[in-house]
Amino acid sequence: MRLIVNGEPQDNGASTLSELLTSLDYEGDWLATAVNGELVHREDRQDCALNDNDRIEILSPMQGG
Amino acid sequence: MPTFYGVDVESRLLLGTARYPSPAKLSEAVRQSETEIVTVSLRREAAGGRNGGAFFEMIRGLGVRVLPNTAGCHGVSEAVLTAKMAREVFATNWIKLEVIGNHDTLQPDVFGLVEAARILTGEGFEVFPYTTDDLVVAERLVEAGCKVLMPWCAPIGSAAGPLNPSALRAIRAHFPEVPLIVDAGIGRPSHATAVMEFGFDAVLLNTAVAGAGDPVAMASAFAKAIEAGRQAYEAGMLEPRDMAVPSTPVIGKAVFA
Repeated sequence: MRLIVNGEPQDNGASTLSELLTSLDYEGDWLATAVNGELVHREDRQDCALNDNDRIEILSPMQGG
Repeated sequence: MPTFYGVDVESRLLLGTARYPSPAKLSEAVRQSETEIVTVSLRREAAGGRNGGAFFEMIRGLGVRVLPNTAGCHGVSEAVLTAKMAREVFATNWIKLEVIGNHDTLQPDVFGLVEAARILTGEGFEVFPYTTDDLVVAERLVEAGCKVLMPWCAPIGSAAGPLNPSALRAIRAHFPEVPLIVDAGIGRPSHATAVMEFGFDAVLLNTAVAGAGDPVAMASAFAKAIEAGRQAYEAGMLEPRDMAVPSTPVIGKAVFA
């Protein structure tokens, strides 16, 4: 399946958002996720099915002003 | 003591966390400034979230309150989604709302800002809007549910200081009960003192401290400058006048001629 993760196209076999995070080695409870411009809460990632060409954003804390 | 959305704070300095020479300098600057609120951001990260995680752990270790921002967002939907993602990560309803309208000046898109503020307050966010010094925009933001206003005094990172004192004074006079924070454009401690003398409640700084030769010493200098400006405002200052007024009494003056 072709996904766009943080702007980068990639092939990934993950069927849910939580599987995708695991496959990409993301860890910790400080991540925020969105699929196709909609927030996906932490507790909903397991049930969030992914489809071809989905756009996924994975953000984490960063320095800011 | 200013109160932001029901939270009382002692310090009138809010500090950004970007562009410090090292995490150690950032930590020490936060400590020296005695700030109770720091701003943070959310960004894409390639290292499995570990860089962000390490940064977040460091911030949590400082024992300060976090004000997440929507820095770099150029549209309403982008800013609203970023705010929601920030709430997911930082577990706070506070959001420093930025909707940028111009690439060169980083001036807020005030139309988008008001729209985004209305959406976010409707979803339970406590919005700190980064806005211009326009009084009517400030009114619209208050109508949209903002209980704090953060007008700029000059473009972000410009270090130009208060470019339009009369506009800042007008906002202060018009909203005596709304906590006002100057956000963006402060370059040196005397700028911070000046806006505090206008009666502002606090100052949000980043580059002026992070980019200083000694950020830790500069954080301390700003803390003192902000306190001095506030104390002067509360003490009541003289209004300038054109003509001289003798400070020594004339009565009893010797006549030698």
